[in-house]
Amino acid sequence: MAEVNGIKEIIRPENLVYKKTKIMTDNILSYCPGCGHGTAHRILAEVIDEEGLQSEAIGVSPVGCSVFLYNYLDIDWQEAAHGRAPAVATAIKRLLPEKFVFTYQGDGDLAAIGTAETIHACNRGENILIIFINNGIYGMTGGQMAPTTLAGMKTSTSPYGRDVKTMGNPLKMTDIVATLPGTYYVTRQSVHTPANVRKTKKAIRKAVQYQKLDKGTCFVEIVSNCPSGWKMTPVQSNKWMEENMFPFYPLGDLKIPEK
Amino acid sequence: MEKELRLMKGNEAVAEAAIRAGVDGYFGYPITPQTEVIEYLMEANTSQTTGMVVLQAESEIAAINMVYGGAACGKKVMTSSSSPGISLKQEGISYIAGAELPCLIVNVVRGGPGLGTIQPAQSDYFQSVKGGGHGDYHLIVLAPASVQEMADFVDLGFELAFKYRNPVMMLSDGAIGQMMEKVWLSPQKERSKTAPEWATTGKPPTRERNIITSLDLDPNAHEIFNKKLVAKYDEIREKEVRYEEFQCEDAEYLLVAYGTSARVCQKSVQLARQQGIKAGLLRPITLFPFPTKRINALAGKVKGILSVEMSAGQMVEDVLLAVNGKVPVRHFGRMGGIVTTPEEVVENLKSKIIGG
Repeated sequence: MAEVNGIKEIIRPENLVYKKTKIMTDNILSYCPGCGHGTAHRILAEVIDEEGLQSEAIGVSPVGCSVFLYNYLDIDWQEAAHGRAPAVATAIKRLLPEKFVFTYQGDGDLAAIGTAETIHACNRGENILIIFINNGIYGMTGGQMAPTTLAGMKTSTSPYGRDVKTMGNPLKMTDIVATLPGTYYVTRQSVHTPANVRKTKKAIRKAVQYQKLDKGTCFVEIVSNCPSGWKMTPVQSNKWMEENMFPFYPLGDLKIPEK
Repeated sequence: MEKELRLMKGNEAVAEAAIRAGVDGYFGYPITPQTEVIEYLMEANTSQTTGMVVLQAESEIAAINMVYGGAACGKKVMTSSSSPGISLKQEGISYIAGAELPCLIVNVVRGGPGLGTIQPAQSDYFQSVKGGGHGDYHLIVLAPASVQEMADFVDLGFELAFKYRNPVMMLSDGAIGQMMEKVWLSPQKERSKTAPEWATTGKPPTRERNIITSLDLDPNAHEIFNKKLVAKYDEIREKEVRYEEFQCEDAEYLLVAYGTSARVCQKSVQLARQQGIKAGLLRPITLFPFPTKRINALAGKVKGILSVEMSAGQMVEDVLLAVNGKVPVRHFGRMGGIVTTPEEVVENLKSKIIGG
């Protein structure tokens, strides 16, 4: 009894160091254990909460693993057709310029089927935030090759490894959009360690500020893992990501505002 | 406020009517024979007048998805294109129908298939009326037969779109889009300052979050949604049928035609009557819902029906269903971008129906 009482004594507001953010709903996440999506969602929810954006935010969710993102964050949402989120967000922001408008897209959605929409929204400098989760694979359909799949990487549609001569090269979409005059802030981050989580959160917070100032497109890539698709444990996948994904997709800012 | 009389192309009339209707956004991509719509809107510099957003998208696909995004915010948004471009939009149109969003899509039809021709045709009837994209859905389809109706159907289209939360298509053609006629334009309406309760406008503390989606992985729930759509389409069939009759009172032979073909057939009725043939014309104004009951009733009074359309025979299938075997029904139509002549229609009425 003494121990139980002891726990009760600990559960006090001043001892609280971590809790579910207000913006996250109680719906059960559909992600595999160890997947980076949950962490990325949490960061986004925290920023929306801390910046007081719940009544301002309109999110556009993609087709892919994060298709049900609209079930997890307690804000207004539109579900876009595969790859079309930047076009959808373009209209939302043009018609409701005071709102905070963002898309959240995977690599298949953003860098394959939605390449045109991504490049042209960025090229027009639409005043939106694009969050790009790059795990180098199609997760939802069960581990097929993505445009960002590394050379030699095995997937269910590149079972002998991605042969760049016949299957094309991994596409650095973030590097491409960084060259466009319409983009204002382009960065590549990860969420696999506490330090990286903090950096990603800072990047999203910056993007929120830039959107308020009508600066143009902000583009935050998050290089992430896919334990199920990569057929690894979460710990193995994070190590593999550091050793293989980061050399090809180096973390850091690709474009920062000129002083 | 008085209406204003202008001489305009059909495409220009759509654009001017959209401004005056208080439309919030137009998203398009150039394609002949409807490019005047976006040119007119850009020239009008609407950002400085009504505040209407006009954006040239990178593709018809992007344009229709912009329409999706704007419509989901509860705004009055529209796009226009011509046949090959409308094919590209079909994915987005299916999503719009599935998410039950209101919008106006103008199709200034040209001949096909493929790149086809830039001349007028009516060969997109199936695509417009039966589906076009994937899944069980219907558009409300309005078929203008004049520049005046291209203007008037902007307002009517949005009224129906918002009433039923359903995409509306204005199915015009290259002839009506390009020809000039006098048109009475309505006075300028203010853009709406309010949004429907389902719109995504940012979640205030006073309501639950709004989610616009067409996805539901639970088959039981999705079937309930499908049934809800079916009930909506049945209500539209019941309440929104529009058509016009020309000399049908004593008609022994009936022509059924919409759009440009209906204008031709009006002349054909006069020519036939000069030759002693009592012909009449039924012009469907709504292609979905189709005037099935009225055609069935007329079929009880006439000896035969000729369905006239600039296609290989598409609407004729709906006429056949409406007539249900009561009298012979035949199709006549020119293709490839050729507009049927009134004389050809009378000849075909004689050879296929009267002498047939």
